[in-house]
Amino acid sequence: MAQTHEAPLATPLAGRHEALGARIVEFGGWLMPLQYSGILEEHRAVRSGAGLFDLSHMGELFLEGPEAAAALGYALTTDPASLKVGRAQYSMICFPDGGILDDLIVYRLADERFMVVANASNAGAVSDALAARLAGFSVVLDDRSLATALVAIQGPRALGILAPLTNVAPDGLHYYGIAEGQVAGVAALVARTGYTGEDGFEIFVDVTSAGRVWDVLMETGESAGLMPVGLGARDTLRLEAGMPLYGNELGPDTTPFEAGLGRVVHLEKAGDFVGKEALEKAATDGPRKQLVGLIVRGRGIARHGYEVFAGDGRVGVVTSGTLSPTLGEPIAMAYVTPSEAGPGTILAVRIRDQQVAAEVVPLPFYRRPT
Amino acid sequence: MVPQDLRYTKEHEWIRVEGDLATVGITDYAAEQLGDIVFVELPEIGRKVDQFAPVGVIESVKAVSDLFAPVSGEVVETNAELGTRPELLNSEPFGAGWIVRIHLSDSGQLGKLLGPAAYEELTQEA
Repeated sequence: MAQTHEAPLATPLAGRHEALGARIVEFGGWLMPLQYSGILEEHRAVRSGAGLFDLSHMGELFLEGPEAAAALGYALTTDPASLKVGRAQYSMICFPDGGILDDLIVYRLADERFMVVANASNAGAVSDALAARLAGFSVVLDDRSLATALVAIQGPRALGILAPLTNVAPDGLHYYGIAEGQVAGVAALVARTGYTGEDGFEIFVDVTSAGRVWDVLMETGESAGLMPVGLGARDTLRLEAGMPLYGNELGPDTTPFEAGLGRVVHLEKAGDFVGKEALEKAATDGPRKQLVGLIVRGRGIARHGYEVFAGDGRVGVVTSGTLSPTLGEPIAMAYVTPSEAGPGTILAVRIRDQQVAAEVVPLPFYRRPT
Repeated sequence: MVPQDLRYTKEHEWIRVEGDLATVGITDYAAEQLGDIVFVELPEIGRKVDQFAPVGVIESVKAVSDLFAPVSGEVVETNAELGTRPELLNSEPFGAGWIVRIHLSDSGQLGKLLGPAAYEELTQEA
């Protein structure tokens, strides 16, 4: 990764994180808050109240032109042409061999204008790949990652905190909807998307406006228990919600089918797309491995890289694991041989020198009360 | 705040010696670095340990960390309370969050440990 040789970038909110006493870590080429008050407290705030996240490290790529939809259809596994204006879809950009380059959210802002949000660590690679794949289409790519800040407010109280501060009527926004308007008096794109398993919003603003949006949300949300939340709780929240993380569950050695995300591969869409042939073959052949949820039934926490066994045979590896703050049990995601992937299957995770029983369970581990 | 009546390791364990019995825990500095502690793997009673060898495992939400024995000896007691309340390591690291008691076999080893001033210096360098 080219970024590892360069000095890490600071988000426009770095001073706020420092003032809040956050512990800062490098992630995806950026200096990011890992935690403020503590992962468990922040996690619970998002499940029961609301949390505020600085996600300015994410990549924002804008595509505009008469063939923007067609170009994205060729570059990605989904069919952005099918999106209505103001709606978004979860998508993937794959290598020609079907491996995953990144997972993305594609937002249709206008007939001929899209925003693609990529993971921080992949933003450069996605931008490069899109630029190459768009050649020959009538579309212009504008990588606005460094000019765009992203603040997310997530949790059951997010709507109540945000609603009086914006003119986009967030209560009318569909899940995976997006609207252009103002938040705290500054121009913003407000999307009802997130990575926590809760209702919530992602607010895209110019980097020069990020401080104002953050401050006004913090002030307004204080009485509702809004807390700043770092990457540590973001990870435990997404894991409970069964959402994959690039570098853990997703990567070049994995197809979307193996990750349980075949729904984002639209093989039937019109025209060719990068990875189509390989993904058609993968769909026919069936997965070599399958992503499962595990609940550890013994003592210990299964973590990234720990091996999974069925009897004496190694059948897989843990990709993410933690103690679930909501369930109070150790949960994990793992890739296992498809024959061992059925819910109820009892496997074992090697935790240090012990084989500890773990049960395959359906994902997600947590679903918000409706 | 480093308690003055304890000795310390470079790995951030503390030890309180009363006769030939040593009570061991981790410092508030270590607990804060680890973050929310959610699981403590305790050694079996009667296990013989060597100085600076692993004697337990501490898991926070984010990370796994070994607990090292500050002295050689035999494990005579472990803090059973930690089975249900591992967060005691965060809230009372020098008190109710103690982890293991070791019947020490060589009090001469205490000379290899850090005093409060030296330990405080170590945490400030970090």
